[in-house]
Amino acid sequence: MYTFSKKLKTFAFVLMLIGVAGIIYGFIKAPKDLAEVKANLIEQAHDGHGEHHVSAADHAVSDAHFDHHAEHVYGQLKNKPWTALYVGCIFVMLVSVGILVFHGINYAASAGWSPVLFRVMEGLSAYILPGSIIFFILLLLSVYGIGGNHLFIWADKDVVEADAIIKGKEGYLNAPFFIIRAIIFLGGWNLYRIYMRKQSLALDASGDLVYHKKMFKASAGFLAFFIVTESMASWDWIMSIDTHWYSTLFGWYVFASFFVTAITTIAFVTLYLKSKGYMDFVNTSHIHDLAKFMFGLSIFWTYLWFSQFMLQWYSNIPEEVTYFIFRIQEFNLPFFGMLVLNFVLPLLLLINTDFKRLTWIVVMAGVCIIIGHYIDFYLMIAPGTVGGSWFIGAAEIGSLLFFIGLFILVGFSEIAKAPLLAKNNPLIEESKHFHY
Amino acid sequence: MSSHYEAPIRKPLVIGEKTYHDITVDVARPVEGRANKLWWRVFTIALLAFLWGVGSMAYTIGTGIGTWGLNKTVGWAWDITNFVWWVGIGHAGTLISAVLLLFRQKWRMAINRSAEAMTIFSVVQAGLFPIIHMGRPWLGYWVLPLPNQFGSLWVNFNSPLLWDVFAISTYLSVSLVFWWTGLLPDFAMLRDRAITPFTKRVYSILSFGWSGRAKDWQRFEEVSLVLAGLATPLVLSVHTIVSFDFATSVIPGWHTTILPPYFVAGAIFSGFAMVTTLLIIMRKVSNLEAYITIQHIELMNIIVMITGSIVGVAYITELWVAWYSGVEYEQYAFLNRATGPYWWSYFLMMTCNVVSPQVMWFKKIRTNIMASFIISLVVNVGMWFERFVIIVTSLHRDYLPSSWTMFQPTFVDAGIYIGTIGFFFVLFLLYSRSFPVIAQAEVKTILKSSGEYYKKERDSKENHQSLNH
Repeated sequence: MYTFSKKLKTFAFVLMLIGVAGIIYGFIKAPKDLAEVKANLIEQAHDGHGEHHVSAADHAVSDAHFDHHAEHVYGQLKNKPWTALYVGCIFVMLVSVGILVFHGINYAASAGWSPVLFRVMEGLSAYILPGSIIFFILLLLSVYGIGGNHLFIWADKDVVEADAIIKGKEGYLNAPFFIIRAIIFLGGWNLYRIYMRKQSLALDASGDLVYHKKMFKASAGFLAFFIVTESMASWDWIMSIDTHWYSTLFGWYVFASFFVTAITTIAFVTLYLKSKGYMDFVNTSHIHDLAKFMFGLSIFWTYLWFSQFMLQWYSNIPEEVTYFIFRIQEFNLPFFGMLVLNFVLPLLLLINTDFKRLTWIVVMAGVCIIIGHYIDFYLMIAPGTVGGSWFIGAAEIGSLLFFIGLFILVGFSEIAKAPLLAKNNPLIEESKHFHY
Repeated sequence: MSSHYEAPIRKPLVIGEKTYHDITVDVARPVEGRANKLWWRVFTIALLAFLWGVGSMAYTIGTGIGTWGLNKTVGWAWDITNFVWWVGIGHAGTLISAVLLLFRQKWRMAINRSAEAMTIFSVVQAGLFPIIHMGRPWLGYWVLPLPNQFGSLWVNFNSPLLWDVFAISTYLSVSLVFWWTGLLPDFAMLRDRAITPFTKRVYSILSFGWSGRAKDWQRFEEVSLVLAGLATPLVLSVHTIVSFDFATSVIPGWHTTILPPYFVAGAIFSGFAMVTTLLIIMRKVSNLEAYITIQHIELMNIIVMITGSIVGVAYITELWVAWYSGVEYEQYAFLNRATGPYWWSYFLMMTCNVVSPQVMWFKKIRTNIMASFIISLVVNVGMWFERFVIIVTSLHRDYLPSSWTMFQPTFVDAGIYIGTIGFFFVLFLLYSRSFPVIAQAEVKTILKSSGEYYKKERDSKENHQSLNH
């Protein structure tokens, strides 16, 4: 039985405290009114170096133009702390959903290698409940425009009336329907997670294979529910931010991104618990398999990234390609840098068989994957909300740290509640004997 | 590389009290015995269909592509539909042998050989279509980037059609090498059992002098793993690049980002359906029910169900995004697909590919041989119509309503298609009488861990021990 150590608990709290400080700082730094933005812009123009500043000065030439630009920047900067909060929140929440899905896939596939890791997955996926509650509140605030954020421009009545394309999407993109869908998606995922945990503990206590069968069936059903709801959730929560843009692949692309991060997280927590002596039944072959998934899914993510990017770039249809042109122009470094973190480094670090068994290599590749996919999420959201006024600073990092801290707190508390070995799982012996 | 311990809950993969020698005899029997009347009858039909196809191909090349039903608006139709259909079918083989090898799925061993054979034979059929469509197939080598003195003749590296040339030829070569590597110990087994000098000579050549020493086996395993690693991205790349042929264009209905992974899923879907069709017949005809068990059929059915559902999600996504995009042309392309003059082909595609595999949720149906056989045929029909829907309905009503038209296939279109089906079965029937159709060397490695007899033996021993304690 694992006990949540004081040290780790303190660490989680410290992360959350730093996070809260960063988030508050972000909100304080956001401009209070248009006059402040104008003053800042003029000051920047007088500083007069860097391309962006010059263009701000150009704008100043005509007053009307300048006013318009300032209003635009004001809107973006007001969105900035909200975007920081939103990206951190959805990223960590979806990672815990990814852990749940990985558990579900392994269960439905009757995988023989992974049952020794089930308790880690069950524990970490506990974060879905608090994570999705916070996220849901954030969605409510966003679509009802509370607190001055405009993450979803389609939620703004004036914008919709002025924009024929968004007007055409109103039947789908409207606040009540949006909220109902979110309840169905988040509710469904939470129910499955609660059900699985209950059956798993019952199986532990009684050894009755009836519970195993129930979990198997529930997992198959959940995966069918998930493949539909995950795509829709991605359209709703992320794609609709760039309201004009569309891509049929988007849902699967988002999935690949949080799924590979989820498996990396499982690997990290497993390595941590093993290093503390709690999981002696986990051998290097299990780590090897997790690392293979990190490796394979990194390539899979790149495959989807390339498919989406290349097809729109090649066809060069204005409705679509603006999405990428804007990112290449305004977010050049993170846009291409993320490919190094998410593809090149995991590929090179993890291609070797022996390397997949070395803790420090797996950790190194994993850190790249987590940072890289955070940037990926940031790039899916921020260009549509803060546009050219972006930078990753205290608010963004603070938000990520806060949610990671909460994730550790909730996840490890849940892991501590049950034995680390699901001893009555019918495949547990096979998993313990697993040897590559 | 396989684990030694297997959970008692797992179902056996070899039924009955089989010994190593039994496996040898069972696998060698169709090769060493004589063909029965039924085989000759089916072979004759396949051969006639093939000959008809050869005639249609000759007529096309002699007269020109005008013998097909193509017109100014619909410049691609049955030829590319058949091409994509065959390439798709060719996906299951390498998936079974490479991806399932990496996932350590022992059940692949009974079916991988035939699945790979199917892969190679169907890629051969697929390759015929672009070559015939060239009109002058003897100039086919122009698709290769060869230095030449024809002036400015050079391939266009910007074209996905060229990428396809590379993708498919790579796929064919790697699949062939993979298949043959696995065959070496099995050919050697036939060689060692051969009675006549002629067959001995033939199988000696085919087995590349396999000696069966430990070093041979060690290299064999290493090569298999390396090839599996190489072939796995290939499984994805081939149909991805086939999808690029369409998706890089600006044709509504073709240009959609989900096409690459959805084509791959669809290919695995149709490939598994074809494997199911072929193996259900083969296990009966060649008496291999002990190796290709109901459990194998059930697992294949589950894969058909999963990939069918993925394809279904993609269909719905395309339809939904066409509406969501707000682009008039996108919206019309999909409206026309579902309700235009070709609505029936869309309806067939939807029922065969999305609805029909859902019956596999019921264990009774997915463990029923007849039902599995019927669904597998239905899926193959559905997947042909999927390509027809994508290709013809997207083209026949283009941007210019004055050139809207319909596509009418000619008897030549039909003849070539039927000819390739005939050719495929000619190859497969010959294969089934001259090759070891089950990877017997691999099946032997799992006999003791997953054979029914040994599993029972082990369980009773364990029970005995626990009683003593």
